[in-house]
Amino acid sequence: MNDEQLDAFVSAAASGGLECDGVAAARDADGYRFETPDAAREGLSEAELRAAADRNPRFVSNWHYWNGRDRPDTELAFLRHLESADERSVPDRYETMTDGGIVATWGQLRIDVGLGPDGDRVYALRNEADGGVDAEALDVHSDPLEARRLVKRDDRDRYRPLKTAPTLPTGWAFVDLDGRALAETVEYVYPATIANWYLEGRGELDVSHWRETMERQSGIYGVIKTWDRGEGYEHVNWVAEACCDDSQCLKRREWEYDDETTLDVDGGDGEFPCREPCSLVVTAARKWTQLEGERTERYEFELTPSEKEQVEAIIDAVADGRTDSIREADIYEGANRYRARFLRAKRLDDEGRLCGVPTDGE
Amino acid sequence: MQALVIVAHGSHLNPDASTPTYDHANTIAETGVFDEVRTGFWKEEPSFREVLRTVESDEVYVVPLFVSEGYFTEEVIPRELRLEGWDLDEWESDGTSATHATFEAADVGKTVHYCGPVGTHDAMSDVIVRRAESVTGDDEVGEGFALAVVGHGTERNENSAKAVELHADRIAETDRFEEVEALFMDEDPEVDDVTEFFETTDVVVVPLFVADGYHTQEDIPEDMGLTDDYRTGWETPSEVDGHRIWYAGAVGTEALMADVVIERAADAGASVGDAIESIRRRTDPSVDAGSGSGAGVGD
Ligand code: SF4
Repeated sequence: MNDEQLDAFVSAAASGGLECDGVAAARDADGYRFETPDAAREGLSEAELRAAADRNPRFVSNWHYWNGRDRPDTELAFLRHLESADERSVPDRYETMTDGGIVATWGQLRIDVGLGPDGDRVYALRNEADGGVDAEALDVHSDPLEARRLVKRDDRDRYRPLKTAPTLPTGWAFVDLDGRALAETVEYVYPATIANWYLEGRGELDVSHWRETMERQSGIYGVIKTWDRGEGYEHVNWVAEACCDDSQCLKRREWEYDDETTLDVDGGDGEFPCREPCSLVVTAARKWTQLEGERTERYEFELTPSEKEQVEAIIDAVADGRTDSIREADIYEGANRYRARFLRAKRLDDEGRLCGVPTDGE
Repeated sequence: MQALVIVAHGSHLNPDASTPTYDHANTIAETGVFDEVRTGFWKEEPSFREVLRTVESDEVYVVPLFVSEGYFTEEVIPRELRLEGWDLDEWESDGTSATHATFEAADVGKTVHYCGPVGTHDAMSDVIVRRAESVTGDDEVGEGFALAVVGHGTERNENSAKAVELHADRIAETDRFEEVEALFMDEDPEVDDVTEFFETTDVVVVPLFVADGYHTQEDIPEDMGLTDDYRTGWETPSEVDGHRIWYAGAVGTEALMADVVIERAADAGASVGDAIESIRRRTDPSVDAGSGSGAGVGD
């Protein structure tokens, strides 16, 4: 705590009073009242109030941190959430912040909240998978704008079209951020998540369910609404299972089929909500609308039992993104490359047709 | 408080589609005239639907980083931003003349000054010329050079051809280049036959596209005969049928584009101080860095 904070505290007590995280101070007819969770005193002179506040520097600097500057409500709520300010006492938080810092997470981000001079907070940000890595070993930044470039590709250098896909790259850190810069950096990593989380916390999240979202679409996406034929919503279960599962997207899906029909698939455990089908889901749904317009055909294939299971194993491995981790010589695994090549050599004809069976009946 | 929101198409497939949008946003943010500068995308995040809720300011200037008026600027963006009472007539546009109109965004209760796209602003002609200067490395390029401005054509949207013609005409009027033509990808006069339209040996070709991607980096270079296979690249200039083609790539990547964005906002009433001047100076490669990027510029 510094003198400026103490002065501000006393003058806030004089003009209308204050209350923050367990400390309260105000002026009434008998003088000043000063309260902490441990003690309450009344009828104080201004000098006595100042002395009492001076003996509780953490309460004063904490009050000042949360009230001494202009912040958007969203940012204030987010920063307080990071240190569980509504649940943990001031001394408890200050102790943890002094002793290594408070560690919070947001999606795959690890956020470290530390104590700067006079109770100021200092934030640092990295991929939680880099939690144990020395800062020197990471590529260190302090300009939030850098985050846009950093999160564009995953660790395999592939473009990440969905910012909340659980493929946040590793190897970097942001340090020495103030609250504003931290919120801005998080905004670049996971756009609009703070705003939507905040609205949800106030019970004001405006969810747009599948039906209304698809009905809103136009142009080449206008066709998607024809996929909803009033014959149930199983197709939307499949979409949600394919795209919105926690293994694919860290947002917690809050949208359902419509406001009366919830999907059978779990929305996930993500910290921040998803309020409507995103552009990736809409784009994929357009393709599925076309594909799902087809009727099934009866084909006849001859496969050995192991070959049937191998086809299933390949679908599984691709769907779970596991193909890269199947070892080169692991020929026990159906989705192994040699196994797949053998199956192709044996069962696909020159035109790539399974067992030589044409797709369109002849 | 006033905010600037640049809205652009973005891409699920091309990681570089958003780069010019980010770059121009940064250039404008550095001038400090807006309390907030944000970007929103159709295919990336934050989406058009959610970008306004990331903004604190009550006055928001929304500038579409699109080359022409049409489906996106007239239908998609107003709908997704939830502009209450949006009506195309408010723009009073003949297809290239929209400046701005003011609405309330229903979900966030903010005042949105919705601007016409960057591509149809008069200042865009200057960016096309600047692009010609950068690709030739000559800030006085004109004499002995022809200029082709390339667009999609009308297949998807008739205003897109109008925007290309608008700038070709404006630049032709300056008499700076020997010849100026508007060419198209999917209609006559076609960019495939670029050399047939010019007598001048040296032809600068500037595509009126916001970002580099499939069209500007694959289609157009191959169609013009700069290369048989875009993956092997091409020379600048390239010899084609006795002409030297100076191919510039998407005009939207030119740093001066930031100027058009801020001019759109200024036309809509944003207070931008001397930021227009400062951006023009900063993004001008012929002004030496020392005088163009001084710490005080635009602050
Ligand atoms: S629609 Fe599904 S995939 Fe898209 S952001 Fe929401 S939860 Fe994630």
